[in-house]
Amino acid sequence: MAYSDRVIDHYNNPRNVGTLDKTAQEVGTGLVGAPECGDVMRLQIRVNPETQVIEEAKFKTFGCGSAIASSSLATEWIKGRTVDDALAIKNTDIVKELSLPPVKIHCSVLAEDAIRAAIGDWKKKNGVGESAPAAAAAAH
Amino acid sequence: MSTVASTVEAPAGVRLPIYMDNHATSPIDPRVLEAMMPYFTTRFGNAASRNHSFGWEAEKAVENAREQIARLIGANAKEIIFTSGATESDNLAIKGIAEMYRERGNHIITQVTEHKAVLDTCKRLEKYGYRVTYLPVKADGLIDLDDLARAMDDKTILVTIMAANNEIGVLQPIREIGKLCHEKGVLFHTDAMQAVGKVRFNVIADNVDVASISGHKIYGPKGVGALYVRRRNPRVQIAAQIDGGGHERGMRSGTLNVPGIVGLGKACEIAAEEMDSEAAYLRGLRDRLKNKLESELDYVHVNGTMEHRLPGNLNMSFVYVEGESLLMGINDVAVSSGSACTSATLEPSYVLKALGLGDDVAHSSIRFGLGRFNTQAEVDYVGAKVVDIVKKLRELSPLYEMVKEGIDLTKIEWQAH
Ligand SMILES: Cc1ncc(COP(=O)(O)O)c(C=O)c1O
Ligand code: FES
Repeated sequence: MAYSDRVIDHYNNPRNVGTLDKTAQEVGTGLVGAPECGDVMRLQIRVNPETQVIEEAKFKTFGCGSAIASSSLATEWIKGRTVDDALAIKNTDIVKELSLPPVKIHCSVLAEDAIRAAIGDWKKKNGVGESAPAAAAAAH
Repeated sequence: MSTVASTVEAPAGVRLPIYMDNHATSPIDPRVLEAMMPYFTTRFGNAASRNHSFGWEAEKAVENAREQIARLIGANAKEIIFTSGATESDNLAIKGIAEMYRERGNHIITQVTEHKAVLDTCKRLEKYGYRVTYLPVKADGLIDLDDLARAMDDKTILVTIMAANNEIGVLQPIREIGKLCHEKGVLFHTDAMQAVGKVRFNVIADNVDVASISGHKIYGPKGVGALYVRRRNPRVQIAAQIDGGGHERGMRSGTLNVPGIVGLGKACEIAAEEMDSEAAYLRGLRDRLKNKLESELDYVHVNGTMEHRLPGNLNMSFVYVEGESLLMGINDVAVSSGSACTSATLEPSYVLKALGLGDDVAHSSIRFGLGRFNTQAEVDYVGAKVVDIVKKLRELSPLYEMVKEGIDLTKIEWQAH
């Protein structure tokens, strides 16, 4: 498989790799995918409780190069956005940015799921209501 | 900032990219190419042309190749039928026997880690009213002979079990399988494509009735192969699957690929002379690679038995690292992976799954296929590079982090798609 330059760049130099304290009140954690499927993403955010701005985002991914690139890109994009703004990111935006071929679209879907799951977790923890679509993560 | 890009440099004298995927195909040996060349140019005759020297020359070359192949496997030259490769040989053997022995029975026995050329042929026969038993394999990749004995019944006409597996390199106990078949009066076909020229293989000693062979894994050309068909004790009959001019004693029509056949013959001749020393050389390289990876990495897992195995094969899982991402990091080394992410179907290797490995371990597997032209310097470079990339990808792996923290991954409720 030929990879786009953007995928290779994120693979070689992944942004925001790491772990946040998942027990911290201001941290939301999304863990999506399954080892049996060959892809697991963990995406974590630290949200400013006043402004709801994502001040820090970290990821770790078990998966192909496109999955690593998708999650790396996702952390880059959500940093500095408010949680609601971050929820507007669609997997198709990731596909476009990374020029993913059709067989790799599910890797981008996983990244979108990871963003939603992390934000959902943070909202639940902090009692931020209604629009939290945490359950949507599993539903495809 | 973290980085995955490797800092391991290739030493002087190592040319990149390195080819270490010799189970997929092998480069042609220069001696083979040299032998083939005249048959593309001046000696272009049709081996079936009986009335001029062009034809005689081609026929002589074909008969010489038949001898060279027969000698390598302990057969008689008359027992060698030329085909377009192992896929065709497998099809011809299985369908040809099924058709010819239909009166006697309709039951065929094979096993689950066969090449698709065997499995899909058997599946097609099931549509035509044949009954096929797919024997399981043990965790070491080998079949259980008791399972085979139990599977045989009075309708069994054929057992088809490969000599060496193309992914994990394990050697099935063909001698014992053949013995059992002969005791029961059942024919034994083996897809010997990966074994011939690599390990000792003798159709008499190994009790083989029909065997598939191909050129392109033994430093010969692609698109040419052979089928060994036993003529005595028992005499095996095969119904042709390609009709036409009646070439190859009626078993396989079509003008012979003379240059290819010359190349296959030459490749067999070289293998007969060099196999033993080459096997020792490859085993040395393979074990060196294995030791390097096992000593510097944790959570590595060899797939399939090391005891009964092709000398050039190493199939290893680097658990908690997905195979395609590993291939991407070692992109100047040609190897292959059993990961779903590398396959068109997004399914992990059925061979590895048959060993009882979890999908997650199958996703992490890499097949190293060492061959005649690999060097120790290449092996050292590949070893160092794999260690480097696996360590970096594990820094990126949530699974590795969780396992290191003592979390049992099987207890997590994953959101599988
Ligand atoms: C065990 C086995 N059988 C059959 C084949 C198919 O052989 P060919 O490519 O000559 O048709 C292969 C190789 O791809 C193989 O490894
Ligand atoms: S994680 Fe398997 S294809 Fe991307």
